[in-house]
Amino acid sequence: MTGQEIVFTLLGVVAVGSAVMVVTTRQLVHAALWLVVSFGALAGGYLVLTAEFVAWVQVLIYVGAVVVLLLFGIMLTRAPIGPVPRSGEDDPLDSGNRWAALAVAVATAAVLITVLVMGFRDSRIRLEAGGGGAEPLGGSLFRTWVLPFEVLSVLLLAALVGAIVLSRTDIGAEDDEPGTDIPARTGGPAPDGGARVGGAKTGAGTDTGGRTGSGGSKGGGAKVDHSAEIAGAETDVKGGDGKAGAAEGSRGGADGARGREEGGG
Amino acid sequence: MSPGHYLVLSALLFTIGGVGVLVRRNAIVVFMCVELMLNATNLAFVSFARMHGNLDGQLIAFFVMVVAAAEVVVGLAIIMTIFRTRRSSSVDDANLLKY
Repeated sequence: MTGQEIVFTLLGVVAVGSAVMVVTTRQLVHAALWLVVSFGALAGGYLVLTAEFVAWVQVLIYVGAVVVLLLFGIMLTRAPIGPVPRSGEDDPLDSGNRWAALAVAVATAAVLITVLVMGFRDSRIRLEAGGGGAEPLGGSLFRTWVLPFEVLSVLLLAALVGAIVLSRTDIGAEDDEPGTDIPARTGGPAPDGGARVGGAKTGAGTDTGGRTGSGGSKGGGAKVDHSAEIAGAETDVKGGDGKAGAAEGSRGGADGARGREEGGG
Repeated sequence: MSPGHYLVLSALLFTIGGVGVLVRRNAIVVFMCVELMLNATNLAFVSFARMHGNLDGQLIAFFVMVVAAAEVVVGLAIIMTIFRTRRSSSVDDANLLKY
């Protein structure tokens, strides 16, 4: 057994063990920290494979960026963290399909390991130093892989724009209609959540009514304008509940449309 | 050394990640397990690159890393949006597309 194999075996044991800890631990922050250990061991494995640049990029991107993002996500979503619940309770961390997962895992591992071991029994990896540094990788990247590189830059831009659009609440808020009145399973909705969502819905309803009303006033006379305004005010008053606000808003919009028809005729 | 060691390690990590995706209920832990699976494939790509003596596998590993980073960014934004409306980050509660 050569030195490379010993180092690789140690790194592999660390990587697999910490990956098992990621899956089994009940503390989500600990899961993220075990993930750091697993990625670090994988970076060591890349170093044994003389792929230095991949190893350092692995440390930079995964350990430095992705795990930190995941930790931010854990801490922003108030994840359920705690001991094993007593029997009969619904476990917030573990879904019920353990046996299906076990069957899928055994089948996947058996198929993959059989195919890979049988398929690459005769091949060898010659590990000599060099070849995986930044210079040959950069040359290959900008000679033969330029087109995928550019496509990836467009993908990164799209991810950036998509994350901003998803996380801002003031764009795209008009068309999130259903689902806010279904209670969440764990913990239940917070008391301010329903009220705030209802308020947003009411605002959207008023907006719709007012906008349609202005269209009606453009098309018709003063009477039409007045009725549309009344519809809008009604929406504003009755908008305590989210669904009632939405219904009133749509009715106000219908009133405005009818007014516009009258004005045109 | 034989590439079988690396490939077996890669298959084991992939399987553990798959079990995590199936078993865990929190969406962020599911993300972590998806990252584990992507890392397992990266390890296989790099060991294939080393076996064939060229650099294409390492470059594909880079591309996988970039796609994984973009996926994490967009996925966390989606998880935050779901959490804002549903007050939960459990994947069992995100069932709006089922009906």
